[in-house]
Amino acid sequence: MVFEFDNVVMSGANGTKRLSVANLRLPAGGMTVIVGPSGAGKSTLLRLCNRLEVPVEGIVRFHGRSLTDIGVLQLRRAVGMVFQEPVRFAGTVFDNLREADPDLDVAAAAILLQRVGLDPSFVDRTADELSGGEAQRMCIARALVTDPEALLMDEPTSSLDPSATRTIENQALALTAAGMPILWVTHDTAQMNRIASHVVCLINGRVAYEGTAAGLMASDEPGIAAYLAEQPS
Amino acid sequence: MTTADVTTVGLIASLLLVAVAITLSASQRLGLERDIIWATVRSLVQLLFVGAILAFVIDPEQPLILSWGWVIAMVAFAGVVVRRRTPEIPALLPLGLLAIGAAAGVTLVVVFGLGVFPLEGRTLVPLAGMMIGNSMNATVLAARRVVDEFREHRAEVEARLALGQSSSQASRRHLRSALRTALTPQIETTKAVGLVFLPGAMTGLILAGVDPIEAVRVQAAIMYLILGSVATTATVMTLGVGKRLFTTDHRLIDLPRPAERS
Repeated sequence: MVFEFDNVVMSGANGTKRLSVANLRLPAGGMTVIVGPSGAGKSTLLRLCNRLEVPVEGIVRFHGRSLTDIGVLQLRRAVGMVFQEPVRFAGTVFDNLREADPDLDVAAAAILLQRVGLDPSFVDRTADELSGGEAQRMCIARALVTDPEALLMDEPTSSLDPSATRTIENQALALTAAGMPILWVTHDTAQMNRIASHVVCLINGRVAYEGTAAGLMASDEPGIAAYLAEQPS
Repeated sequence: MTTADVTTVGLIASLLLVAVAITLSASQRLGLERDIIWATVRSLVQLLFVGAILAFVIDPEQPLILSWGWVIAMVAFAGVVVRRRTPEIPALLPLGLLAIGAAAGVTLVVVFGLGVFPLEGRTLVPLAGMMIGNSMNATVLAARRVVDEFREHRAEVEARLALGQSSSQASRRHLRSALRTALTPQIETTKAVGLVFLPGAMTGLILAGVDPIEAVRVQAAIMYLILGSVATTATVMTLGVGKRLFTTDHRLIDLPRPAERS
């Protein structure tokens, strides 16, 4: 198991429960897609995995170890994260990659860029000049600099056009094929159907379903059915 | 030596200008008449009150400890003002007191240690007041700027944290930018001094009949002290607030926007 959640509770600013996960085990390989309507707690679940947020109750484990027993900076280097909007730091693509490791050399940067399907010539490009899709791939490369054991991707294609979306999906699938477990958050079940090897559906802060994508689509549980009914066909 | 004695009649005459402001507010329907009257009355009462106490405190017959007590009260008051203007930041009062107190302490040691001014109640209280007042403004500006900077650039800060950077690494460039913003007004003021406006102390001295060259010397010393104390407080404050916005395990705390004021 890459991540395990035991009786994890997150509360909102006004004391309401944002997330309550009694028992969740996420497999150590493949593409685990976390779906659900907006506000269901998908991003919160992801941010618990690299301690950008901490639960008020319960334990989150990474490869069997409680996150509180792992140094937080070490944990974050072992669990890469890609955000919804590509975050460009000032400077070139190379400068961006070196934020994760100041000692990174050009040759290593070129290899990382190739892993996400960008030409090595991109190292000298200014990050601000990249298209949305290119910038998001740079962000994936940046997350790979620390040689993580797992990747968290929080709606990484929500600001991209369909073609760039497919490119990112394929790059992510290539990473999972090479042994990198990925947790991918999306509200889009069509995307889930394209990429998921395992599915977790959150509704109102609770795990409403865990299993295959086909199983979720066939579910007649009322909360899930209502969510699926909102999806564009 | 001609001195600018303001007679009671003169003071009343200056109120004519307040009447102009009230008339303008009424004719333009700004609705500020009551505020203007309240501000005028309040400032007069406050100044008379402070003047009466000050006359007692800085009286050469009184022990200097009274003046020091006044200085400490000013620091405390400034700390409370800073706390009130930046409610989002946890545990800010001690930091504000430390920053303002440190700047006031350092500058006063320089001023009196090096004999720039003689150590008396009538020099200590107004000089400390100027340091503390300017430091207070710089502190509020620095603290507000840091909060706004992190609020605007939350995604960037969290992206750096997610790469395994410590909170101090992830916040470095944002703190630098906030500090630059907080210090710029004082630097600009120092640059424009004399060309655009005559600063308060110098204006006061010249009005009181002091030779302008002497007034310039006093003003220059005060200005450099203010620049120094503003830079000190703004730096202490920026670094301190930067730390307080993160948890010990390198998470950026929630920075909810204060409710919109109508």
